[in-house]
Amino acid sequence: MDINATLIGQLFAFIVFVIFCMKYVWPPIIGAIEARQATIADGLAASDRAAKELELAQGKATAQLKEAKAQAAEIIEAAKKRETQLVEEAAVKAQAEKDKILAAGHAEIETERNQAKEELRQQVAILAVAGAERILERSIDAAAHSDILDKLVAEL
Amino acid sequence: MSSAAELTSQEYIKHHLTNLTVGEGFWTVHVDSLGWSIFLGLVFLTIFRSVAKKAQTGVPGKLQCAVEMIVEFVDESVKSTFHGKNPLIAPLSLTIFVWVLLMNAMDWVPVDLLSNVISLVSGIELSHIYMKPVPTTDPNITFALALGVFVLVIYYSIKVKGIGGFIKELTTQPFGHWSLYPVNFILEMVTLLARPLSLALRLFGNLYAGELIFLLIATIGLFQLPVHFLWAAFHLLVIPLQAFIFMMLTIVYLSLAHEDH
Repeated sequence: MDINATLIGQLFAFIVFVIFCMKYVWPPIIGAIEARQATIADGLAASDRAAKELELAQGKATAQLKEAKAQAAEIIEAAKKRETQLVEEAAVKAQAEKDKILAAGHAEIETERNQAKEELRQQVAILAVAGAERILERSIDAAAHSDILDKLVAEL
Repeated sequence: MSSAAELTSQEYIKHHLTNLTVGEGFWTVHVDSLGWSIFLGLVFLTIFRSVAKKAQTGVPGKLQCAVEMIVEFVDESVKSTFHGKNPLIAPLSLTIFVWVLLMNAMDWVPVDLLSNVISLVSGIELSHIYMKPVPTTDPNITFALALGVFVLVIYYSIKVKGIGGFIKELTTQPFGHWSLYPVNFILEMVTLLARPLSLALRLFGNLYAGELIFLLIATIGLFQLPVHFLWAAFHLLVIPLQAFIFMMLTIVYLSLAHEDH
């Protein structure tokens, strides 16, 4: 165990190696490690954020779907209501038309009947007068006895 | 063990614990320790630099992953202990950890392998080849590392606390009375100096002992193979643990230097 110049040589080598390591070895390697760590941390944060956003978007989509369904149901409901309304309206209209037509028919029939009655009356009157003329031939004056004839016609 | 026939076990072990040297006296240089140490340091820097150059923030390759694992491990160790801001401590810890780990790992190279290969390639007789390939079994290497750390501790102590603050820290505790300041100073100096000393001796002692046991095992003949295996397997614990302890204590000492009371 003798201490000699080897120590000086080793000390010199030590200093040189440490300086070289400090200048050219340590900074690039630790820099690369730290840069990668930062990248990984960023990536993890980004994926976390993306997962959260996805969850949010899914929630939104579900809500929108629900709303759309509700709207569709509402629209269908409204359409059904309108349909029944239309049918009812049509029925009412048809009924009214029918009544109108019926009323018109009845009126026409009534007029025609009245006309016919009138005609019949007049013809009956003429016939009665004619019959009476034949029976009475000479004695009856149509003009003098017209009030009696009118009464008769009215009675018919 | 090929030359064990001509050597006693004692000579064999002594031969393996002798460094390849150049120079005389204090200016002796352990070429094997220093050479392997610098070679392994260059291996570390080459691999890590090649990754650093191509470092990409996207999906990393396999080598980049491995290197980043080590870097993150060191970074976490530093961050858990040292709470200030200092651009030196993390790269210093990384250098210490990987470099010491690689130097310790030379313990796994079979004790006779390198010298035999050199002998075969160069044709020099094995008994003239000295090769101690584990740099951390050389106290020069471990003391150099500890001394480097110690200088940084002193430097940051003075930089953070100022010379006055540093001296105050050395003299005013643990005893608060002024008459005991010299006693405090002696105690604190012991504490201060014990740190690099223990740092260097711990690493050296563990690895030297490990290497010595490998050499002892190599002298027991045929049964050495399973025993070698067991001892090498045990070093799966010792090698990274000693590298980790050296790094961790470096961080702790430097963070103590940054703490202002």
